[in-house]
Amino acid sequence: MTNAIEAEGLRKSYKGHEALSGVSLTVPEGTVLGLLGPNGAGKTTTVRILATLLQPEEGRAMVAGFDALKQPKEVRRRIGLTGQYAALDERLTGRENLRLIGTLLHLGKGPSRRRADELLERFELSEAADRVVRTYSGGMRRRLDLAASLMVDPPVLFLDEPTTGLDPSSRLVLWGMIREQVAKGVTVLLTTQYLEEADQLADRIVVIDTGKVIAEGTADQLKQKVGTERLEVAALAAEDTSRVVAAIGARLATTPSVSEDGRTVSVPLPDGMGGVAAAAAAVEELGIEIAEFAVRRPSLDDVFMTLTGQTAREKDSA
Amino acid sequence: MTETLSDVRALVGRHFRHIYRIPEQLISVTIMPIAFVLIFGMLFGSAMKVEGGSYQEYIMAGIFIQVMMANISQTALGVVGDLSNGLVDRFRSLPISRSAVLIGRTTADMALAAWSCVLMAGVGYLIGWRIHNGLPKALAAFGLLLLLGFAMSWLGALLGLALRSTESVNALAFMAMMPLVFLSNAFVPPDGLPTWLRVVAEWNPVSMVVTACRQLFGNPTVGLGTGLPAEHPVLMSLLLIGGILAVVVPMSGRAYSTATAR
Repeated sequence: MTNAIEAEGLRKSYKGHEALSGVSLTVPEGTVLGLLGPNGAGKTTTVRILATLLQPEEGRAMVAGFDALKQPKEVRRRIGLTGQYAALDERLTGRENLRLIGTLLHLGKGPSRRRADELLERFELSEAADRVVRTYSGGMRRRLDLAASLMVDPPVLFLDEPTTGLDPSSRLVLWGMIREQVAKGVTVLLTTQYLEEADQLADRIVVIDTGKVIAEGTADQLKQKVGTERLEVAALAAEDTSRVVAAIGARLATTPSVSEDGRTVSVPLPDGMGGVAAAAAAVEELGIEIAEFAVRRPSLDDVFMTLTGQTAREKDSA
Repeated sequence: MTETLSDVRALVGRHFRHIYRIPEQLISVTIMPIAFVLIFGMLFGSAMKVEGGSYQEYIMAGIFIQVMMANISQTALGVVGDLSNGLVDRFRSLPISRSAVLIGRTTADMALAAWSCVLMAGVGYLIGWRIHNGLPKALAAFGLLLLLGFAMSWLGALLGLALRSTESVNALAFMAMMPLVFLSNAFVPPDGLPTWLRVVAEWNPVSMVVTACRQLFGNPTVGLGTGLPAEHPVLMSLLLIGGILAVVVPMSGRAYSTATAR
């Protein structure tokens, strides 16, 4: 399988601040890579370099078989880019926006019109097509923005936080549209702060923080890195939390952690069901009312916290 | 080359659609210039006298140029808008020539400036402004005016790309416009000024273009002073505008090709 995107050792700094310090990643053709990281991790900078908008100080980037640094025009013919903000002309209608992009892509008048109509139809914007974009909702803008990046029918698609700021139902709609592209064989690089989004859409995930790749793998592999399942127990009355902590801690010989709101007590479960039974007995003996008693598989959230938390600590001790 | 032309045509079309969609924008290129002619021409004209002609005839060139200078902020604000909503990113990720987007905008803004000129000339005629040196020279004057407007648009594009915020553009454009327009011979003959201020006014680029237009229109050029700008205003204006374009166009192109949102 060939790689649709290959980046090697990308470095970029802004005014002395290093935004990327050697990011490497590969995306095989027809797959989705989720680039996951907190704000300021370097996600957008990476996308901008790969989409030929930014020149790195060091490194190599190949996109759709062309060098993004030396043959930007060839790369631009083959990519679609959807940025963090819907990049649309607010004063044109949805249809005019798409046709303008089509003209600028030199698709020819007929094909450009057909493609615009087709995308408007598919993205459920036909009714709003002749309204000025200014009147669109956030979800409609994102859909039109994605449509605009698909005018060229690109083999490689960059989506920079495509669902940030969207309500949950619009997010689901957009996810469906992204999946549709993937099913057609499009290679996607998707950045997101939402772990669930990466979990849902990405074949592989690269976690970056402070300009460096800190982990990489499938969602399951990353979850395994954080380790075992956890037991979460919450007392109905908040003041009982400390008793739950003491009881479970004594029985399982660990120090349970407490969630930020002070309600949920959580312990790792290295030996599976035995731990669950012991904890259940300990809580039972307390004779208090329990609101929640559940076994959780590690979520990507835990992965994220563990990984980025660790690098933050490393930084502090350095 | 033909591709660039068709890109520019599409982008100019985009700007014309804006006006059609948001008629408020027409106010700045329609009502404002007319208001300037009426206010400066009639109000000031009733109180001010210049030798060798009417004040209305004297001031028209000044008003034309003031409106051309306004292209700085017109274009700059448009560029800032495209930057802040990410459109520049989208355009830059397309396989179009980097100059097409800026040429599209500056050309559209120049066309609007031409529209303003037509209106101002019409209203000017009503309040007594006349051309005295024949149509070809008058057309040459309008050509010079539009060339100035075009150069100011490119300057605005550079300003917008560098400043990236509406507030900064407004503040800076106003600060630059005030002395340039008013410390010139646009509205008042400079011969009554203290010597040092008169020299500043005479060498002010705005004064050169104003004088050139007055000569071409055959309007009064009182209090001209001496020196190169007064003796060869057309040549000096062309050199000046050419110089501005030669510097600003490549700079804007470079700023655009590295421009980023936010």
